[in-house]
Amino acid sequence: MSGIEFRQIRVIAGKEFRDRLRNRWVLAVALVFTVFALVIAYFGSAQQGAVGWRNIDVTIASLVSLVIYLVPLIALILGYDAIVAERERGSLDLLLSMPITRLEVLLGKFTGLAGALGVATVVGFGLAGVLLFYQLGSAALYHYGGFVLSAFLLSLCFLSLAVMVSVIAEDRVRASGIAIALWFFYVLVYDLLLLGILVVSEGQLNLNFFPVLLMLNPADIFRILNIFGFEDVRRIYGLATVFPETLANPWLLGSAMVFWIIAPLGVAVWRFK
Amino acid sequence: MTDKLIEIRGVHKRYAAVNAVNGVDLTVGAGELFGLIGHNGAGKTTLFKMMLGLLPVSAGEIRIGGHAVRGEAFRQVRRSIGYLPESLALYDNLSGLETLHFFARLKGADLASCPALLEQVGLAEAAGQRVRNYSKGMRQRLGFAQALLGAPRLLFLDEPTNGLDPQGILEFYRILAELRQGGVTVVLTSHILAEIQQRVDRLALMRNGRIQALGTVQALREGQALPLTLRVSYRPGDEDTLRRVLGSLGINDGEASAGLARFTCPRHLKMALLTALTAAGSAIRDIDVHEPSLEDVFLGYTEELTP
Repeated sequence: MSGIEFRQIRVIAGKEFRDRLRNRWVLAVALVFTVFALVIAYFGSAQQGAVGWRNIDVTIASLVSLVIYLVPLIALILGYDAIVAERERGSLDLLLSMPITRLEVLLGKFTGLAGALGVATVVGFGLAGVLLFYQLGSAALYHYGGFVLSAFLLSLCFLSLAVMVSVIAEDRVRASGIAIALWFFYVLVYDLLLLGILVVSEGQLNLNFFPVLLMLNPADIFRILNIFGFEDVRRIYGLATVFPETLANPWLLGSAMVFWIIAPLGVAVWRFK
Repeated sequence: MTDKLIEIRGVHKRYAAVNAVNGVDLTVGAGELFGLIGHNGAGKTTLFKMMLGLLPVSAGEIRIGGHAVRGEAFRQVRRSIGYLPESLALYDNLSGLETLHFFARLKGADLASCPALLEQVGLAEAAGQRVRNYSKGMRQRLGFAQALLGAPRLLFLDEPTNGLDPQGILEFYRILAELRQGGVTVVLTSHILAEIQQRVDRLALMRNGRIQALGTVQALREGQALPLTLRVSYRPGDEDTLRRVLGSLGINDGEASAGLARFTCPRHLKMALLTALTAAGSAIRDIDVHEPSLEDVFLGYTEELTP
């Protein structure tokens, strides 16, 4: 069995990361995050007839809704063609003829793209964070930091899924189709499906079983991770009330997200033989 | 016989319904320039990819430098292999120099060698240009420079002169000749048979996934027993003399007019014919002997199989 040469992973990761810096992908996504974060922080309560800076918990709760839509989409778009594009263009053969293993290529791609996502997330939400810090004070920063970190973890979950798609799909068109389907499923359909099951079963369903189902969706884990700390936010989300507090341990939820990063990548490694 | 650098034994490659490579045995010696020819779909590129460990074999074994083409030992072997794929795809957003830097890092080659390589393939001026703006010929040159990174001992070149202009083709073979002086082993494919027949030590002719014929160009020609073509210029008015000489050897085809005759001659009669023509004295002014071209040989071998 061949060992892993981290130098080779670094070379691939460096190229992927630099490519995203050069084509201004990182800049564009960071700007999108900043603008959306500030708009939501300021205008988030407009429906209640007021605008302006509110407390950090409510602000984060609003941002969570944004991140759940936006971040998985961005991560899927970033990674869906990581491998399939090289295969389709014909550059994969040349790459694999180098003294590099398929595992190293895959890890290099993932790491480089993860770096691009990380910088865009930290810079984008960080800029907004600086402004929020002036408005809301330093105590808010702690919660906000946790939110940014979990948003990054969420992006890695969907990047991992995207890289898996890029290995499995036969061509780019199919890969993009699968990526969009995954986004629809996890972000739009999944919660509706769960609610539907609850309603149809008329409460017959064992509620202990429900948290497990929520853990099967990284977007739901992210949501729970960010709203369970805050009493006044929990009531905004009906779905979270079915989630027992004993399971709402940040470490447990964080581990579940790490599982969602490793598992699809593992499938990708297995299929990329 | 030189050391065996590449050993291929009983190699098969099966896809769902086709046998792309169907029982190939082949050895290539160190320092040899080996040509692989055949129609599209004959299995050349598949064999190439298996030699590089890009495709697993369905059966049989391939060893390069004594190592199987997989695993950690082969990773080390790969550092001394250069590969130019048939359908070369590079990264459009990188410049020529950045492209070489990227592959040099992967190969563990010296980055400082890159400008000199670009110079060698005639791309020094375009080093800073994005590959997006390169012509097909320039991309091919860059691909060749990439294959030369890290001073490889073994080169796999799949249709290396694709897209090169005649000048580029000449330069390519000049570089190849220099590399051979340094003992580099080269395996190349080409569909332009005339181009490689003067340059390779040995040739393998592939057809339907099999090696149809193998040997030096001369041996392949002789194996086919294709006739030679002769052009003889004679003193006008001495056509009868020429006809008599040819007739004495049973050569009655061909045409002659205005002092120039063109006809074919079985290989085994070559020396007898030349002796007879020389004996005809001043009636014969000049003799040109043309060996059958590789195209003729190639057609001969492939037609053997055609029902």
